[in-house]
Amino acid sequence: MKYLLEIWRQKNRDTAGSYRTYMYETDSASVTVAAALSELNEKNELTDTDGNITERIAWECSCLQKKCGACAMLIDGRPCLACDTRLSESKKGRLRIEPLRKFPIIADLMVDRQIIFDDLMKMQLWAESDIFADDRNNSVMYEASRCLQCGCCLEVCPNFAAGGGFYGMSAMVPASRLIAAMKGRSANDLKKRYGRAVTDGCGKSLACRNICPAGIDIEGLMARSNAAVLWRLFSGLRDKNQ
Amino acid sequence: MKKRNGSGCGFEIDLSGKTAVNIVGAGLAGLSAALTLGRAGVRCRLISPMPSERAQSVMAEGGINASLDTMGENDSPVQHFEDTMRGGVYLADPNSVWNLCSKAPETVNMLFSLGAALRTENGRPVLRNFGGQKKKRTAYAKSSTGKILMTALTDAVRRYEAEGLVKRYPHHRLASLEINDGECTGLKVIDLHKRTVISLSGSVILASGGMNSLFPGMTTGSALNTGDAAALAFVSGVEIANPEFIQYHPTTFPITGKRCLVSEAARGEGGRLFILRNGKPWYFMEEKYPELGNLMPRDVVSREIEIVKNDKNCGGKVFLDMTGLDRSVWENKLSDLRDECIGYLGTDPAEKPVEVSPGIHYYMGGINVDEHHRTNISRLYAAGECACQYHGANRLGGNSMLGAVFGGQVAAGTAASEIIADNTGEEESEPDEKIAIMQPVGIPERAARIMRDSLGIFRDGERLYGAVKEMQSLIDSENDTLQRNRMILGKAVLLGALNRKESRGAHTRTDYPERDDENFRKTTVAVFDGKEIKVGLRDIPEKRGE
Repeated sequence: MKYLLEIWRQKNRDTAGSYRTYMYETDSASVTVAAALSELNEKNELTDTDGNITERIAWECSCLQKKCGACAMLIDGRPCLACDTRLSESKKGRLRIEPLRKFPIIADLMVDRQIIFDDLMKMQLWAESDIFADDRNNSVMYEASRCLQCGCCLEVCPNFAAGGGFYGMSAMVPASRLIAAMKGRSANDLKKRYGRAVTDGCGKSLACRNICPAGIDIEGLMARSNAAVLWRLFSGLRDKNQ
Repeated sequence: MKKRNGSGCGFEIDLSGKTAVNIVGAGLAGLSAALTLGRAGVRCRLISPMPSERAQSVMAEGGINASLDTMGENDSPVQHFEDTMRGGVYLADPNSVWNLCSKAPETVNMLFSLGAALRTENGRPVLRNFGGQKKKRTAYAKSSTGKILMTALTDAVRRYEAEGLVKRYPHHRLASLEINDGECTGLKVIDLHKRTVISLSGSVILASGGMNSLFPGMTTGSALNTGDAAALAFVSGVEIANPEFIQYHPTTFPITGKRCLVSEAARGEGGRLFILRNGKPWYFMEEKYPELGNLMPRDVVSREIEIVKNDKNCGGKVFLDMTGLDRSVWENKLSDLRDECIGYLGTDPAEKPVEVSPGIHYYMGGINVDEHHRTNISRLYAAGECACQYHGANRLGGNSMLGAVFGGQVAAGTAASEIIADNTGEEESEPDEKIAIMQPVGIPERAARIMRDSLGIFRDGERLYGAVKEMQSLIDSENDTLQRNRMILGKAVLLGALNRKESRGAHTRTDYPERDDENFRKTTVAVFDGKEIKVGLRDIPEKRGE
């Protein structure tokens, strides 16, 4: 089977980009976009369908089995992991492959996702003292530990803009691990920050619902963490009234 | 001046807050080192080509060993020590292994206290069976233990990032090590986003993982773990130890461009290996090894798989049968493993046996370090998979994450205690468009073929000798420095295997099928003098009294 891969090529942030088409041939129905990109880059000369010799395609990959989130990109307009998308899923053997658009481009399919980590820092996602998983909170903490920080959910989110006050689900998920375990004043402080950075900004569009490549139960985690935040507010009001 | 306790590594020092340690690698070993330094108030830089979320450590599945004895089996550090030494066929430094095993409960409890979502019962971590160990000793989180530990450590380190004690360089590749007169004074890194070169002074801890670039397509690990840092260290005069010991994990399956792991946890929870013999399933491990059966150490299982696959009376394909596992095991302990088999193999392991074969999973050898994780170069340290420590001739499942976390702590403690001056110097070049972002994932195909053909589960001297000669000719004609360095490291692996004329652990020589303690219960040490590689054998330290 022959596939035509229309790949966004852009040398750096300061130059204009364009699509270049590359031919990729395989007999296997299970070849992923990541495997195809790897193979194209292994060629001595990478030639597009117009006969131009081009540089290696810049993209990020690490695990190649949807455990690390490195290879998040837009494939036919949908944010997903290249290692989790088979060429055979394409219509008529043609795929359009672009970088995530909400993050500054570095080159080709490679973007700078530092804002995700900056937001986690701004939200002060850490515990000041020991925290423990126990039989009660274990499943929530496990689920909330699984975020790849790939950025797919942010790409589709109508409320997230890099540098804005809403940090998106990539902050909600790891925050939920800490909210499930932290106690006392530091937990209340975290819930306040969570309220500002997550609850207040989420428009509940649910655009992210089926996007997470790790299949994290985003709605379940958010419902639980939001409830914990609301309970804090409620208890605060109750204490005030007493 | 702050005085803090370097929790977990037993040191206490005064620090000015200006000193710096450079950690190359942000996986378990690197994060553990950074956390240890952060807690001690020592400034460090955490350098990695991608953020921690992309490190190979997130792929680690089965679990982490510690004799926590939460299952009421009277387990103890002594038994963990004995299993680790026996599993490594007595090639590991017994003092280091004792440190590892005796501190393992403390290490895992430290991770647990960070909120690592290990599976619990009555508030304490549950332990599962793992290969080469009779007692339940492996704490776990389904088959995503590495990811769960990485999340807990990443959050914990973030606190010290905020304090300014840990500075991340999260899109930076190691370019060179500054080594003069046997001392490491810093390193250069490439900023892959800005295409600049940054010179950083200070001591260096390498925590850069295994050497997957030598075996393209054959490994279960990450494409990021090329082994380039180890190769760079090697050509800069850093010793490599026991490089011939490469772990083939018995249960993997191929996907395009790599191999996928079926965690040992599958067998720990009751999975059974079989091959069709005369048309009927033969559970060869259970028949040959009645005591541990499918949970023999990985070197033994992989060797047996190779043997039965080549048995003329057998069907050639080995299967892992997990169809007898309880529904609760699938739901609570292995749901992610099941999803992976369905997703990448198209087979539901709860319904149908999965075809498996051995694949390269771990490098027991690597940068030669002492008990304190020092290399032969002053102020250069190594920890985690890039280092040769703890695992001898064969690593037990569950000991890699333990070795990485504990090794990171020890390396950080040693580095902190050996800081001699303010090392905050930092200089950045102008951007240079010629700096390449992308690099080849593996060595060139001809070199890869040499490695593949001569460093399988069974090896022989004649083939290895030819491989060494052929590799040298490829090195001589290679102009690319990166590939040349990798191939020089590859040649050291071949020479280690050629030089070890015995069979032990993951190194099986068909021409020397017996273990030879008298001549070879020693550490292979390889060093490159700029022109040639010298390989010798060094005595293993005697175990001290406890």
